Amino acid sequence: MNELIEPEVAERVLRRALAGGGEFAEVFCERGAGLTLAIDESRIESVQSGASAGAGVRVLSGGTTYFAHVDGLDPDDLVRAAGEAAAALHAESAEPRPLRAEAVEPQPIALRPAEVPAERKAELLRELDARGRDAGPEISELTASYAEVRREIAVANSDGLLSGDDRTRVRIGVQAVARREGEVQTGSETLGGHRGFELLEDDAGAIAEAAAGKALTLLDAGPAPAGSMPVVIGGGFGGVLFHEMTGHGLEADHVQKGASVYAGKLGAQVAQPLLTAYDDGRMPNEWGSDSIDDEGIPTRKTMVIEDGRLTSFLYDRLTAARDGVAPTGNGRRESFRHLPVPRMTNTYIAPGDAEPEAIVAEVEKGFYAASFAGGQVDPATGDFVFGVSEGYLIEGGRVTRPCRGATLIGNCLEALLAIDAVGSDFEMKTGICGKAGQKVPVGTGQGHVRVRAMTVGGTEL
Amino acid sequence: MIELARHAVESTVAAGAGDAEAYASEDAGREVRAHGGAVESLTAATRRGIGVRAWIGKRAGYAYGTDLSGAGIRELAARAAETARIADEDEFAGPPKAPVRLMDPTGPKGAPERAGALDLSDGSIGEWGVDRIADLALGVERAAIEADARVAGVEQAVYADSAERIAIASSAGVEAEYERTSCYGYTQALAEGEGARETGLGFGLGRGPAALDPEEIGREAAARATEMIGAGKPSSRGCPVVLDATVAASFVALIGRALGADAVQRGRSPFAELAGKAVADEAFVVHDDGLDPEGPDSSPVDSEGTPRCRLPLIEDGTLRTFLYDTYTARRAGTVSTGSASRGGYRSQPSVGASNLLVATGQLDLEGLLAEAGDGVLVTDVAGLHSGVNPVTGVFSVGASGLAIRGGETAEPLREFTIASDLVSMLKAVRATGSAARWVPFGGSVHTPPLLIGEMTVAGS
Repeated sequence: MNELIEPEVAERVLRRALAGGGEFAEVFCERGAGLTLAIDESRIESVQSGASAGAGVRVLSGGTTYFAHVDGLDPDDLVRAAGEAAAALHAESAEPRPLRAEAVEPQPIALRPAEVPAERKAELLRELDARGRDAGPEISELTASYAEVRREIAVANSDGLLSGDDRTRVRIGVQAVARREGEVQTGSETLGGHRGFELLEDDAGAIAEAAAGKALTLLDAGPAPAGSMPVVIGGGFGGVLFHEMTGHGLEADHVQKGASVYAGKLGAQVAQPLLTAYDDGRMPNEWGSDSIDDEGIPTRKTMVIEDGRLTSFLYDRLTAARDGVAPTGNGRRESFRHLPVPRMTNTYIAPGDAEPEAIVAEVEKGFYAASFAGGQVDPATGDFVFGVSEGYLIEGGRVTRPCRGATLIGNCLEALLAIDAVGSDFEMKTGICGKAGQKVPVGTGQGHVRVRAMTVGGTEL
Repeated sequence: MIELARHAVESTVAAGAGDAEAYASEDAGREVRAHGGAVESLTAATRRGIGVRAWIGKRAGYAYGTDLSGAGIRELAARAAETARIADEDEFAGPPKAPVRLMDPTGPKGAPERAGALDLSDGSIGEWGVDRIADLALGVERAAIEADARVAGVEQAVYADSAERIAIASSAGVEAEYERTSCYGYTQALAEGEGARETGLGFGLGRGPAALDPEEIGREAAARATEMIGAGKPSSRGCPVVLDATVAASFVALIGRALGADAVQRGRSPFAELAGKAVADEAFVVHDDGLDPEGPDSSPVDSEGTPRCRLPLIEDGTLRTFLYDTYTARRAGTVSTGSASRGGYRSQPSVGASNLLVATGQLDLEGLLAEAGDGVLVTDVAGLHSGVNPVTGVFSVGASGLAIRGGETAEPLREFTIASDLVSMLKAVRATGSAARWVPFGGSVHTPPLLIGEMTVAGS
């Protein structure tokens, strides 16, 4: 347990929060500190140090959530926030249960980033810059960034829970620009984890070469095809496709409002039997992992699709209570300034039987989306769109020339059912997911996957 | 607030910085989320924080914090100075010189009169209690449902407001302080028909709740959702495309970002080599105006204290100027255009547009459709953050909308992409609509619908 809030203070806050009645009250405390720096034009710049602390108090009463948050962790301010949250409640007071502290094992951190001299972080960026630029004379620009953040949290609620977590994350990213005459292409790569600086000690500079390599390859790109065709999705960040087109629709808040295409489909065959998928917030030191969620529920591995059948949604406390099930440890929030909502952690398609080469070899004419720039989905309709950052034509069972500016669009129910091969390779990548105005770190993963038919939105008709 | 900012500046200089600038902000905000005829959540929040830029010689650093006690400010000042020591030297780094003192009650000499007359606060925020704003959110949901029997519900109806006060001070003599209020309401309606579900967004914004019309927001959401029922894919082709105001605004915001001098100087803008050159059809005219009385992003000064102004960006088909903050202006040997923007005390200032205003034309939407003849009316785009190459301006984004046939709207269309590049698109503008609206997606933009002569539509 950390020292963010004394149990006596937490009890006072919860009592004040329930002074006007309510079924449930919670106080969420957080202290964060971070450092970011970047290299651009081979110069270390944008060095930024941040520190913040604050708390959010919520009260649930009759289906309504009352929420207030304050900066700082002064006990009087927390009690005042509780009063503000409860300001509209005038029923008889309710009594919080006595608090009992939960023992939580945070993710292991070997080398605390804050204890690493800043000069080493700057040196790492210089190495990324040099290695990326050395990849070829056509690399004209390169930017790289380093970010570390430590968030200590504590949660106490009127059910008697008192828990906490200590989270440290580091992440580096590289974006390279390659030019040849009028042609300009970019390539990027990231590396991150719920881990300390040790993550970056094992040849982190390789991502600079990978980013530069993508940009250089794309210099030879031709226009992307337009139309419906078989699409092979790359491993790793290719998993963002599953995250967007299926993962969001499994978040229980969307489901309960009927705003998910997966509403009412529990137990239904939503994919071919060759597909099994998980959301796992416990993967050791993975980017999207935490020991507990932001409501104090231990994270866990949830099977969401088993042999093509939909087996579970992803729940926070509120949506789990509505469905009469146990929360799955997916109640996450960007900070104390936000209410928790059901969110993915690390979401992935489990490795299948197919060799990646064989998946491509069976395609006569198609498209290979090796990596994405990002994507978006409307969970209610299932319509999605993805920007392809690295794409190639597939001709005669082989990956041939690179393509620029391709987009994949489709509908998730159809596209998920159309996955007809899942590769035996597997890789996890890091992402930042936005929902309801909140950004949280998420992991995405899979091996190579093939979609029988999908619309590629290029310019070559 | 200004005292706090001054104190942070002094502390940072005492911590070893040659120069310092502090940006302090405080805001009180409320948010109501309604669903199913009931209030789902009610949030009350106050936020206070300060961000400090420190310069040591030609090195610049930044730190922010929320602990505003004496000890907290000292610790923040020390961190700010420390970050400056980590950075490499940059010959253009340095604080903005104070051009005017906007707090001077006699009025700054030569400062734009419009800045002095700018009233950014609406008292109705303070007058509307929680019950009344909750009714507003519930009214939005009700209006959406009552507008059309095919509307099955809304995902959420949201009202939010905020009242903020911002103060900026620097060791180079900048001092500015102002207040601003803002609010918005929106809902996402769900319509059902022909075995499928469609969504539609309705929204409104203003400086206070009195400026919002819940009926109009709800009706817009319902109309946008129901008109999509039965949508199919268009055939792939090149054809005229009409972008409605919300879609046009998303593209204009992207263009505003590409016109920032930072992207230009670092060779990461499709407009980098095009200053003074033809970049658009003459029908397309866009200004940046940080002093527009109705502009959501209006303020007397930018986020490093430089006065805002009105700038022609693209006029007579020609790219007139880029947007500059102090750093990029020094680098280009020019003066700041008052275009330093920031997301709040937690981010350092960088170049950004304020309010982008696209000039209106002669034709209403029906007129634009008639002019298009056969093509596509795009009413929504998705994937702008991943589908546009910021360096080249080449884009391919997901879209939905309505077919245009014989100069009128026909069947709904979904799951297609529109592709082009930003400059080609601007050169292909054939006409702009006569009615503009404020759209807050990815920036603050006031634009009418746009008719683009030809774009690639990829569907089936």
